[in-house]
Amino acid sequence: MKELKILAVLVFFTLLTYWGIEPFAYSKMHKSVAYTDFVYSDLPALAKVGDAKRGEVLVKGAGACLGCHGIKSQGLLPPMGPNAAAASFGVNPPDLSDVGTLFDQRFLAELIKNPVKALMLEHKFDGKTKFFPMPAFAGAGGDKNQEVADMVAYLKSIAPKDVSAKDAFTVSCGRCHANRYGDWTQIGFVPKTKSNIITNKDVDLLKFKIKTAEYQADLAKYMGKLPPDLSIMIRARSEDFMKTFVENPGSQLKGTAMPRVGLTKEGYKKVKSYLEETGDPSKSAREALGPWVIGFFVIFTILALLWKRSIWKELH
Amino acid sequence: MAHFTKATSIHDWLNQRLAVDSVKKVLATEYWIPKNINFLWAMGMILAVTFGLLLISGIFLMMYYKPDTAFAFDSVNYTIMSQVGYGWLWRHIHAVAASVIFLIIYIHMFTGIYYGSYKKGREMIWISGMLLFVTFSGEAFSGYMLPWGQMSYWAGTVITDIFSLGSLNLDGLVQWIRGGYVPGDAFLNRFYMLHVLLLPLAVIALIVFHFATLRLPHVNNQDGEDINFKEESDKYLSGNTKSSKVIRFQFDFLSKDIVIVGFFMIFFFYLVFYHFEFAMDPVNFDPANGLKTPTHIYPEWYFLWTYEILRPFPKNPGLLAFGFAQVIFIFLPFLDRSPNVAPANRRGIFKIWFWVLIVTMVILTVLGKLPPEGIYTTYGTVVASFFILLWLSLPIVTKLEKPIGSKK
Repeated sequence: MKELKILAVLVFFTLLTYWGIEPFAYSKMHKSVAYTDFVYSDLPALAKVGDAKRGEVLVKGAGACLGCHGIKSQGLLPPMGPNAAAASFGVNPPDLSDVGTLFDQRFLAELIKNPVKALMLEHKFDGKTKFFPMPAFAGAGGDKNQEVADMVAYLKSIAPKDVSAKDAFTVSCGRCHANRYGDWTQIGFVPKTKSNIITNKDVDLLKFKIKTAEYQADLAKYMGKLPPDLSIMIRARSEDFMKTFVENPGSQLKGTAMPRVGLTKEGYKKVKSYLEETGDPSKSAREALGPWVIGFFVIFTILALLWKRSIWKELH
Repeated sequence: MAHFTKATSIHDWLNQRLAVDSVKKVLATEYWIPKNINFLWAMGMILAVTFGLLLISGIFLMMYYKPDTAFAFDSVNYTIMSQVGYGWLWRHIHAVAASVIFLIIYIHMFTGIYYGSYKKGREMIWISGMLLFVTFSGEAFSGYMLPWGQMSYWAGTVITDIFSLGSLNLDGLVQWIRGGYVPGDAFLNRFYMLHVLLLPLAVIALIVFHFATLRLPHVNNQDGEDINFKEESDKYLSGNTKSSKVIRFQFDFLSKDIVIVGFFMIFFFYLVFYHFEFAMDPVNFDPANGLKTPTHIYPEWYFLWTYEILRPFPKNPGLLAFGFAQVIFIFLPFLDRSPNVAPANRRGIFKIWFWVLIVTMVILTVLGKLPPEGIYTTYGTVVASFFILLWLSLPIVTKLEKPIGSKK
């Protein structure tokens, strides 16, 4: 009985300290910010029902999207490779194959009409002296809202129902962020190359590294700094920080150069699962082994208790 | 030279050469422990087991860790965590054990304070224990540098800066310790050496010394009773095990210890598998970057209370207060002027002193993690000053204490 009382005192002070230095301290250290579950209610809903056929004509039209973007799933390659694109724009424009699934349609519509607002980069591109590389869609002569809705409808019509976690990451984050534990660089996955057997030097890999470094230099100039590698970001930031930051980067880091990503809730989950894959790869092994180890010590303790009783019979 | 006869068994062969029977008697079967103890007396064994876990997991981690600023971070977070079979398990065991061992150390320390186990011949037990605490703190700090994350780098910066000793501005000393103007490769390498060789050697030596200090004064008991170990052990050996006040270390005491170690291991591995985040600060999963100071810099939880004694004051008084907090515990046997060896709850005013000390240290620990802004700085100044006053008052508090009547 006395021992239980002592244990209760220990547990009380341990939990009190734990509460103070973990949940309580973190609640004081990290501000809580507004979070809407990836709804983007600050952006207007689509006023018109889009028509994918008309949208296709607009997207592929002269001076429209394909001047900068590719749509690989439709066999349309971008006009420039990542390095040339970064040299021109600061960053490689995304391929549009999967955007209809990954990104919210309100966000896509606003991105076409008014990219700086959709991306929440007004503090960086004022439209007077600093211009965002992607121009706002000026309209193709008809009802602009209808045209935008048509383009969004087209992008949704060509997007696959299911995008893999890896693709979700590379499309949404991967043009600015590397993930070295996933072998991803801003210009693509590190290619499988071979060293020269005599010199023991891998020339192709070195060339790839140079291209990556050049891309990163352009990107860093455009962003102000090189965006961080995301390999184990999942362990460096809390769940709350991750989702609120992706939904609205400025809420957590005022004045950041990181644009709003515009992911749907599903899209965010995909990205997160990829980050877990590279940042916490032992999760499944951990969860599988845990019960065995703990079970072992439960049995160990029961046996030890019986052994102790048999010895202490003679002592009490 | 001793007389050797043809051995009748391996045991006999060893016995003639190493006196294994006598050694076993002295160290285990006739090493006498009081019977009147509770589970707090098993903390020493738990510490030994946890230290063993740290040593074994550390050996495995050392096989893959690279003490180089270019590779350290990825050798821990990539190689060990995803390329090495069960590397993640060793790392989580090492990190959780490093944190939990301090919880047990504090329990062990406060058990000693509560039961007065530092008095009347037991001073060296306390002093060797405190030396162990200081050395182990160095071990923990040096280990924290190794993953070379943001907190490694900045904690390394802040702690080594302390050696400039405030207005003495001993910047040369700081640079000498770091091996550079800022923590870099030389810094990481020397802390690696300290962590895997010099400090563990010192820790092991001090553990042996700590055991040795227990030999003559014996382990204390729940009532602080002055047991005649000779008389009581004779009673035990003559068969009166039930009425004897002492038990054998092996296996009477050990069997009880192992039960408690078992319970501890369940708790420990629960943390390792399901709740390890508390021991692995998120900030340290960002690679070290000398150009980007983290918003909040704080040590691991077990140093927070001393950190909070350093932080709220201006530079020079803060350092003095910090120095005071670092060394004051070691003087406890001499600051306590009362002759009573008894649990704190029977020592009148000392009882209050004890619980106030615990609460003060918990508050300092929590404040140490909070951002040093606004009202928290005020709280910090008040509580840290109170901590110092509390220790300064100890000789008076214990002088006022009435001697307990039935002293033997």
